Amino acid sequence: MSEEQIKNLEEQFEARIARDEKIEPKDWMPEKYRQTHIRQISQHAHSEIVGMLPEGNWITRAPSLRRKVALLAKVQDEAGHGLYLYSACETLGISRDVLYEQLHSGKAKYSSIFNYPTVTWADMGAIGWLVDGAAIINQVPLCSTSFGPYARAMVRVCKEESFHQRQGYEIMLKLCNGTPEQKEMAQDALNRWWWPSLMMLGPTDDASVHTEQSMKWKLKRKTNDELRQQFIDQTVPQADILGLTIPDPDLKWNEERGSYDFGEIDWDEFWQVVKGHGPCNKERMKARVGAWERGEWVRDAAMAYAEKQQERKEKQAV
Amino acid sequence: MKENLYQYILGIADNSLILGQRLGELCGHGPSLETDIACTNISLDLLGQVRNYYQYAAKIANDGRTEDDIAMLRNEREYLNVLLVEQPNTDFGYIIARQFLFDVYHLMFLNELQKSNDLTLSAIATKSIKEVSYHQRFSSDWIKRLGDGTEESRSRIQSAIDELWTYTDELFHLTEADEVMVSEGIGVDVTKLKEHYYKKVNDILEEATIQVPESKYFQKGGKKGIHTEHMGYILTDLQYMQRTYPNMEW
Amino acid sequence: MGTKNWPLWEIFVRSKNGLEHRHFGSLHAADAEMALENARDVYTRRNEGVSIWVVESKNITASNPEHNGEMFEPAQDKVYRHPTFYDLPDDVKHM
Repeated sequence: MSEEQIKNLEEQFEARIARDEKIEPKDWMPEKYRQTHIRQISQHAHSEIVGMLPEGNWITRAPSLRRKVALLAKVQDEAGHGLYLYSACETLGISRDVLYEQLHSGKAKYSSIFNYPTVTWADMGAIGWLVDGAAIINQVPLCSTSFGPYARAMVRVCKEESFHQRQGYEIMLKLCNGTPEQKEMAQDALNRWWWPSLMMLGPTDDASVHTEQSMKWKLKRKTNDELRQQFIDQTVPQADILGLTIPDPDLKWNEERGSYDFGEIDWDEFWQVVKGHGPCNKERMKARVGAWERGEWVRDAAMAYAEKQQERKEKQAV
Repeated sequence: MKENLYQYILGIADNSLILGQRLGELCGHGPSLETDIACTNISLDLLGQVRNYYQYAAKIANDGRTEDDIAMLRNEREYLNVLLVEQPNTDFGYIIARQFLFDVYHLMFLNELQKSNDLTLSAIATKSIKEVSYHQRFSSDWIKRLGDGTEESRSRIQSAIDELWTYTDELFHLTEADEVMVSEGIGVDVTKLKEHYYKKVNDILEEATIQVPESKYFQKGGKKGIHTEHMGYILTDLQYMQRTYPNMEW
Repeated sequence: MGTKNWPLWEIFVRSKNGLEHRHFGSLHAADAEMALENARDVYTRRNEGVSIWVVESKNITASNPEHNGEMFEPAQDKVYRHPTFYDLPDDVKHM
């Protein structure tokens, strides 16, 4: 194809997206679109899978049977979401084990927030309330993103995700209505998860490299700063209902803007964690790589068995 | 209080609780995403059944204790699960072997419990049978895949079966409470399931090209509250919150 | 890495009797039986289905979007295939 032909195709392609048409896997697409989508969808899938670990940490210690089954079901959903997203990513012509390799080698990123430890039961509440809350804000707009398989996966994810945030908030509510010790546990969890949750919505707009292109492809509908503001504005009143204090002395309602002003985020901490030096980066990777390596003989056995069965079937047919 | 009935319910419930707890440890660490989801599903089924049993036990005990108090606040000697279910997740072979050896028993047991004079137990059994039939299908399929898969998988599943075999006989022991319950038409006479159990297990193992262990030495004790050394650690996790923060709601 | 990876399967689920099987997504499994079991746990754990079909992805033949013109556009102007093509007096009901 000549350069001009490609340019022509690209223009048609961008026009289709602008008309809100969906792009399907076998359609022609610019290489950059493919690569960007592989990067974003897989990063999203990895986040689901790594995200299972901090919460999985509390399954055996959940304080009641009701909480135990609810937490198990939630972590299982995350596995399901990871699976939907890996599948969507695979339609772009990359296999799941290549994606795993990228994760395991540190080449692919996942949401940094999962590199923080879950040290008390209240963290199950804070993660559901704040982390899933921030995730939903990020994800809902993706239900109408331009790449069909991604949009469809996100519809499914968002439908299932809504129970996660409620579960988290309910855990917090119970703690805040409980003994002083329980309420203190809840406040402590909010103190530790608040800032990482704000960071989760991404670097500030002036430091974000992908925003403009992502907007065009509907991988993003709002900028990181807009999403962060939305998150803060909706979360502060929820903290009030719990009777908890947001750990930000600069947080203040701004009548003029109709939004909360908030304090400076520690971006040095953010970049430290992104670059692999958060409190749990190494443990998380060790857990993922370990599970994959310990599973190898199992996966091989299942394949070998399937092939033997197939051969037997073919022999019978002869 | 109907002490025998209470003890009888605990005997059933504790099996599923401890196995559900063991499977819960796995969540996020399975050999593939799909298998991880499947094992969690089994854990969820078991823990769901457990809640029905403990709620019933709480009603029988009628002393103000809740399902969680009963599930999480007994001392180790008061847990009545069989030794099989408390064995660790050594590798996926052990996980599947433990599941399979328990599932075959569990399904036969529930089929009989369905006929119980006790309508609550019979109803719980009826509801659980569908779930447990699926568990047995899942674990039997995997027994075949691992047994008839690669050389490595056969040797691993063979070791797991060999090692766990010693815990199978206990499934068919009757405690004193069990005997009373059997005589009242409430409980299941598990001694009558034994022959059928070994036949079924042996058939599937043979199909999976796994050798049926010949050992005649068996371990017992769980049903009387004498557990393996693993149990204390399982309870440490299970009871952590309830023991650390007594008398609170979650 | 293992010698061979579990192949990809496409999953079709009938949500309830009376409805068609609809494409729900895909997953990996070593064989058809495992694909069914995985599909049950992945795609119907919230009671979404009464029947599942699994098809190994490589067995699906798909039309090529580059041929969409010749494949699908000729159907666009065959208006006589649609009931609105035919003019009937308003007095004729239920047709």
